[in-house]
Amino acid sequence: MIPPGPPPPSRSRAWSWRSQAFRGLIYQILTLVLLVLAITYLMSNTFANMRTRGIQSGFDFFLQPAGFAIGESLFEFDSAQGYWVAYLVGLSNTLRVALIGIVLATVLGTLIGIGRLSNNLLVRGLCAVHVEVTRNIPLLLQLFMWYFAMTELLPSIEEPLRPMAHVFFSKNGLQYPLPEWSAGHWGTVVGLLAGVLAWRAWVRRAVHQFEATGQFRPARTHLTGVAMWLALTALGWLAGGAPGELSIPEVTEINVVGGGAVTPEYLTLLIGLSIYTSGYIAEVVRSGIQSVAYGQHEAAVALGLSRSAELRLVQLPQALRVIIPPLTSQHLNLIKNSSLAVAVGYPDLVSIGSTALNQTGRAIECIAVLMLCYLTLSLLTSAAMNLYNRRVRIQDR
Amino acid sequence: MKTVHSLIQRPWLAASLLAAMTTLSLPAMAGKTIDTIKTRGTLNCGVNTSLPGFSAADSQGNWSGLDVDVCKAVAATLLNDATKVKWTPLNASQRFAVLQAGEIDILSRNTTWTLNRDASLGLHFTGTTYYDGQGFMVTKKSKITSAKSLKGATVCVQSGTTTEKNLNDFSKMNKLNIKPVVFDTLEATNKAYFSGRCQAYTTDASGLASVRNKEAGNPDDHVILPDLISKEPLGPSVRRGDDEFFAIVKWVVFALIEAEEYGITQANVDQMKNSTDPVVLRILGASEDTGKLLGLDKEWAYRAIKAVGNYGEMFERNVGPKSTLKLPRGLNNQWNKGGLMYAPPVR
Repeated sequence: MIPPGPPPPSRSRAWSWRSQAFRGLIYQILTLVLLVLAITYLMSNTFANMRTRGIQSGFDFFLQPAGFAIGESLFEFDSAQGYWVAYLVGLSNTLRVALIGIVLATVLGTLIGIGRLSNNLLVRGLCAVHVEVTRNIPLLLQLFMWYFAMTELLPSIEEPLRPMAHVFFSKNGLQYPLPEWSAGHWGTVVGLLAGVLAWRAWVRRAVHQFEATGQFRPARTHLTGVAMWLALTALGWLAGGAPGELSIPEVTEINVVGGGAVTPEYLTLLIGLSIYTSGYIAEVVRSGIQSVAYGQHEAAVALGLSRSAELRLVQLPQALRVIIPPLTSQHLNLIKNSSLAVAVGYPDLVSIGSTALNQTGRAIECIAVLMLCYLTLSLLTSAAMNLYNRRVRIQDR
Repeated sequence: MKTVHSLIQRPWLAASLLAAMTTLSLPAMAGKTIDTIKTRGTLNCGVNTSLPGFSAADSQGNWSGLDVDVCKAVAATLLNDATKVKWTPLNASQRFAVLQAGEIDILSRNTTWTLNRDASLGLHFTGTTYYDGQGFMVTKKSKITSAKSLKGATVCVQSGTTTEKNLNDFSKMNKLNIKPVVFDTLEATNKAYFSGRCQAYTTDASGLASVRNKEAGNPDDHVILPDLISKEPLGPSVRRGDDEFFAIVKWVVFALIEAEEYGITQANVDQMKNSTDPVVLRILGASEDTGKLLGLDKEWAYRAIKAVGNYGEMFERNVGPKSTLKLPRGLNNQWNKGGLMYAPPVR
């Protein structure tokens, strides 16, 4: 028997030097004051030092012309535009690799995570090897490996592979014809978005029908969905006046220029980041699935569900609750790791930021902006994942 | 003892912030740097990670090169021993932060003297030790003979240099639409170019010669185009706020240049003390005491010349005909031989 302890301390609100709440408050205020003092000291010291050494500071340079060209960009960039536009180009390049990288890493990681639980020895072994290799070699080395492999192995620029007319594959990467942007393409964009909505509505309808009648034909539903999406996009394109200007890669004396391009730098970073992160995601997924009670598997087998139906309908929905939080941190890692881009020549945010830093010498300002950008990106990703997490977690009723 | 201060992958991020944040106020006191160097017993010198001819370490960790010799000369002047230098190999993007933070006393790393750097980075350039210009290297196979035919070319560049801006100016002026691929290390830039990722490699012409010589499987397969697209006066720089040290670094280099003009070499420096030329006697401290004005002793320049030879010898040994780079003297000849090397008189 546990002897009855002393009565719990009375949580009286009366003011007293000895009250726990009061002391707690004092400690908190003290900590805060010390923190503010420390930051103020560091800041004022920084500025004093910079003044005595004649290092100039300020954010005014952001409006000045950048004066350097950027190798690849989602939108037209001219070196006469300001540094802030250059930063935007860098940000868009980071997003371009991070977003697609997250999707690829998640898909690949999920497949490999499931593969690690396969009954097939070979599949299980290969997936285990993938996880161990990708997780245990530093990312920078992996990136170098991919980049040097790619630049060595791809065909030379003078003799590119031409899988189809106007498509080139060489050390320049993949170059292909791309529609020239014009105002009429807004129609296409609207059509595209409307198509996605229509597809979604169609799938919803099918789910309702399934719940009402028990009829379920996923393949057919999605095929119709894709058809609707394509049709609406085409309709939007026609409504926009069917702009047909194409930018086609051209062979010049020394290079292939124009059109759209996926450069080896981008590919390296995308592949490197996706594969590296997929190793971690695979482990997250595997542990998530294994956290689902074995009885669930037995119940699914007893119901006669196929392995894929079991995964899709029984195990993954329950595993997701365990998977989402650590998956979020893997996504954040991928975004942050994309800052290694400059090692393989991809003009991401850090690459542009360091060029700006070197040209202006405003180290603190340039790095502060970089940190702010990554912080914002990471917080937004986190917020989105938390929203999703709220949707999949067990609802208390 | 020489120690090679190796820096981790990308310390500029930390370095440049810490540079200004954590170091306590260093007041601009007269002669403080000199006192620190003398108490410490070594000169801290920032050099290139590896640019043979300018600064590179051999397998025993002995550094050599034109930029390296500048630091050796200053060490010989201040510490009476050219080997008392601690070398810090630096990337282009790290160099200024490390100098600002006080980790090195001199930055001697093929650095271009520009208004922007001289006026806003808290440093002073002490002079020019190599007059250079930005050029292009292409493969012989490509049959490109002029930089103006690089239309639409992909060009490999190392970040953190004046190169990116020059390249853009040149590309814009000639409507070439050149695409830069920017790397943060010299090593990655070299690798990308030699694997054929870019049609051209751009940096200072001297750097191109060095890279071609060291990295190319067969140096003859690569051509350095004759066009130079910029002026790149390369020279050492020191932190602001110490005029005495600034003056010493400046005058050591001038003394080396003037030594060549008056025929003082590493070999004959001792005999020259008996010369009849008053200028020679002044430089070597055999008559007037010029060192006193700089806060040094009489033989300050004698020791520098004895340690590394005159400027001409430095050039020949490291980048000129006696080296593997075989760069022509060109603009770097003495003023009376058609070059730009003109030292104010040591008197």
